[in-house]
Amino acid sequence: MKPMVLRGGRVIDPSSGRDEVADVVIRDGRIVGVGRNQGAPDGADVHDVTGLVVAPGLIDLHTHLREPGQEDRETIATGTAAAAAGGFTAVCSMPNTDPPIDNQSAVGFVVKQAAAAGAARVYPIGAVSLGQKGEQLAEFGELVGAGAVAVSDDGHPVASGQLMRTALEYARAFEIPVADHCEEPTLAAGGVMHEGVVSTRLGLKGIPSVAEEIMVARNILLAGHTGGHVHLCHMSTRGSVELIRRAKEAGLPVTAEACPHHFSLTHEACAGYDTNAKMNPPLREPEDMEAIRRGLRDGTIDAIATDHAPHHYDAKEREFDDAPMGIVGLETALGLSLTLLVEGGHLTLPQLIARMSTVPARIFHLPGGTLAAGHPADVVVFDPAARWTVDVTRFRSKSRNTPFAGWELAGRVVRTIVGGRTVFVGV
Amino acid sequence: MTGALERSALLDAPAIARAIDRIASDIVTLAGGTERLVLVGIQRRGVELADRIGARIRDRHGAAVEHGALDITLYRDDLNEIGPRPVIGETRLPRTLDGRIVVIVDDVLFTGRTIRAALDQIADFGRPARIGLAVLIDRGGRELPIQADIVGERVPAGPHDRVDVLLVEVDGRDAVELVRRPPP
Amino acid sequence: MTEPLGKDLLGLEPLSAEQIRLILDTAEPFKEVSERAIKKVPTLRGKTIVNLFFESSTRTRISFEFAEKRLSADTVNVAAQDSSVSKGETLVDTARNLEAMRIDMVVIRHGASGAARFLAERIQSNVINAGDGKHEHPTQGLLDLLTIRDKLGRVRGSKVCICGDILHSRVARSNIWGLLKLGAEVAVCGPYSLLPRGIEELGVTIFRRIEEAIEWADVLNVLRLQLERMNAGFIPSLREYYRVFGVTLERLERAPRELLILHPGPMNRGVEIDSRVADGPHSVILHQVTNGVAVRMAVLYLLAGGRPEQAEAAKRGREGAE
Repeated sequence: MKPMVLRGGRVIDPSSGRDEVADVVIRDGRIVGVGRNQGAPDGADVHDVTGLVVAPGLIDLHTHLREPGQEDRETIATGTAAAAAGGFTAVCSMPNTDPPIDNQSAVGFVVKQAAAAGAARVYPIGAVSLGQKGEQLAEFGELVGAGAVAVSDDGHPVASGQLMRTALEYARAFEIPVADHCEEPTLAAGGVMHEGVVSTRLGLKGIPSVAEEIMVARNILLAGHTGGHVHLCHMSTRGSVELIRRAKEAGLPVTAEACPHHFSLTHEACAGYDTNAKMNPPLREPEDMEAIRRGLRDGTIDAIATDHAPHHYDAKEREFDDAPMGIVGLETALGLSLTLLVEGGHLTLPQLIARMSTVPARIFHLPGGTLAAGHPADVVVFDPAARWTVDVTRFRSKSRNTPFAGWELAGRVVRTIVGGRTVFVGV
Repeated sequence: MTGALERSALLDAPAIARAIDRIASDIVTLAGGTERLVLVGIQRRGVELADRIGARIRDRHGAAVEHGALDITLYRDDLNEIGPRPVIGETRLPRTLDGRIVVIVDDVLFTGRTIRAALDQIADFGRPARIGLAVLIDRGGRELPIQADIVGERVPAGPHDRVDVLLVEVDGRDAVELVRRPPP
Repeated sequence: MTEPLGKDLLGLEPLSAEQIRLILDTAEPFKEVSERAIKKVPTLRGKTIVNLFFESSTRTRISFEFAEKRLSADTVNVAAQDSSVSKGETLVDTARNLEAMRIDMVVIRHGASGAARFLAERIQSNVINAGDGKHEHPTQGLLDLLTIRDKLGRVRGSKVCICGDILHSRVARSNIWGLLKLGAEVAVCGPYSLLPRGIEELGVTIFRRIEEAIEWADVLNVLRLQLERMNAGFIPSLREYYRVFGVTLERLERAPRELLILHPGPMNRGVEIDSRVADGPHSVILHQVTNGVAVRMAVLYLLAGGRPEQAEAAKRGREGAE
């Protein structure tokens, strides 16, 4: 592998507070130096990145790679390629595959496939319960031993308070978070969008905000009670944000993520029965969208995650009630964040990169999220000013289910580097 | 757009009154009296004309004549071309037409398609002994083999011209005017 | 001039007040057609109309069938399997097959909200929504409006209360849109567990008790309460519903003015409505049924009759022809 120099870019490294024009030198897969006028090692590829931003590679805490079992919608190879195209050098893959990732062989399979694909890194998330049935704990020790970095039954909530409590206590031994999809099942049952005036107009069954908030409250209380780290997936309501804010003020071991669609769209996006606006948790009201943005600004919400959920075209091409929930997100996350949060004046660029790289690494104890010397060279180079239009036909992902088709966004990924090797070049 | 419109008067109010007089008398002759006669005006202005003719007949013969009205929109053969008309007017006919002498009254006879539609419509209501046609103006330009039994005035008009019949009840004055337009 | 209706009738929410009035005005001459000995006009002769019913419904389907046949159209009834219940042919494939057979118009009733629009976006034929999930049932809304107009003289300013399970009712939604657009005052009355969220944001008053509604209203539109709602736990029992919310003769007799009683049918006698009310002098339920055929004829006529741009061109060429 040839050494590499990224010359003259704006280097933003939230792990050290660096934000200045500098060169980054990479050798043997690691960062060896960051600063002005760095010398280039022999035989290095020197890239002029003047005017571009150089940052630690983005890390997605919540992705569905669909392999094993649902390869018609995505594979580990296509999913990690999509990640790289979106500027992500690592993704955490959720275990709700078929069969689910609830044992060490399954974890090993994911790790192996990711290595073979050779694009973004994959840190598997194992199941909380066997089969994700919500009854019996999976073997966390084995899962972690094979490479899992967290456990989750995402796709479903951990409905039983008793099981969640046990999971949080048991996970403490391995210092992994239990990531919960917060949804009270009886309140949410049958719902297909946010319960509000739009669902009333459309005649669709709604999922009330309280369905999420009840479980957020429960999880916060259990984290306090057990001392275990709970990570709250895809937060969507202002009530949830408020609960988390108070939990953090109390110093409880709670972290949270939010997805770009929850700070970009509201339930009005469902108005034409567009199944690409159907996901769980659903798009909510403008006040909820505002609360998510504020939560990201003040750190109540730690990370931006995508909840990238590929679905086949045929599956989404049906009546709203019947269509599966979920949208892809790896290839639009950075653009949406830059356009709506940074250009929108809610976050500075360094704050955004923290939310998408440094902080995710920290809260899940992952390598990455830093450009400090000696660390693996996982780097993203992007042009924050370049404007581009979302064209689904150019997606690296196998699936096209996004409500953002045709949106004009700011921020194009120019180069994604994993372990010193370029895994994506933007055109 | 086409060139300027040229509007010329063909009949004034007195001329229209005289024509209606003649038509009324010819209708009674055609029907052999007023007993079996039914006047059916075609929406819109045919209805007003039928009313006036009925009044003339009542004045002259002392007998009230039954009137009806017909809106032929639902029987047109060209709905696909002209699109749906916003408002369909009233259709009201006597209970039985069987054995009666129905005289259709319309303002202008042109292609004949309106009358064809009216004939179809009347057939759905019953079987008159005879159906006759009286028009104020015959402007030629037939597209179907249909002729009026009684004509107030014949006016030769080109295919792009318009013959406007204006009636006090609808338009505020009585007149028949020719609007000449050069071919587009 | 009123905006043309477009290709489809999917609901009353997208229509303007003028368009709604156009349909009601157009229904008037069609009432007359149904009174004739020969109840037929040749207007839609040669048009093929498919009644695509995924939910069984005798009365709506028959009403549409009469409307279609009285316009001389050729009709085909298809009783299809609800795709959310059994994995039969998908709605997409059904749409494509209809397109391939060059059907002129499709009347669709389906269990999923948005299904009519889903179909309309995928085929060229005119699509008429005969009820999609809980979303809208526009022809029912229209015939209710026509009935109120017939009996009260006007819709504007009249006080209409819709009673019952609003949450699950497409009839309620279509009524609310139509009534608000034509300037009526609209209220709903039913157990809170059967009222959808945000209903007040649409401009609708809520009455907690049926007595309050009866005190206020000129018109009650009484919706059918289904057994499934009790089974799903929205209300404790049908008996309790009747006792608290039933439109009974005793309650009506205490009304300050003569109330008009509407019901979309079929009725659950003794649950939402007393037989003596349903069959009584204030009930216009049968009038609704008569108006139903006329309204549906008007809708089919307005949607089927040619394209607006052709209409304009032909008008220019044929001015004064008739």
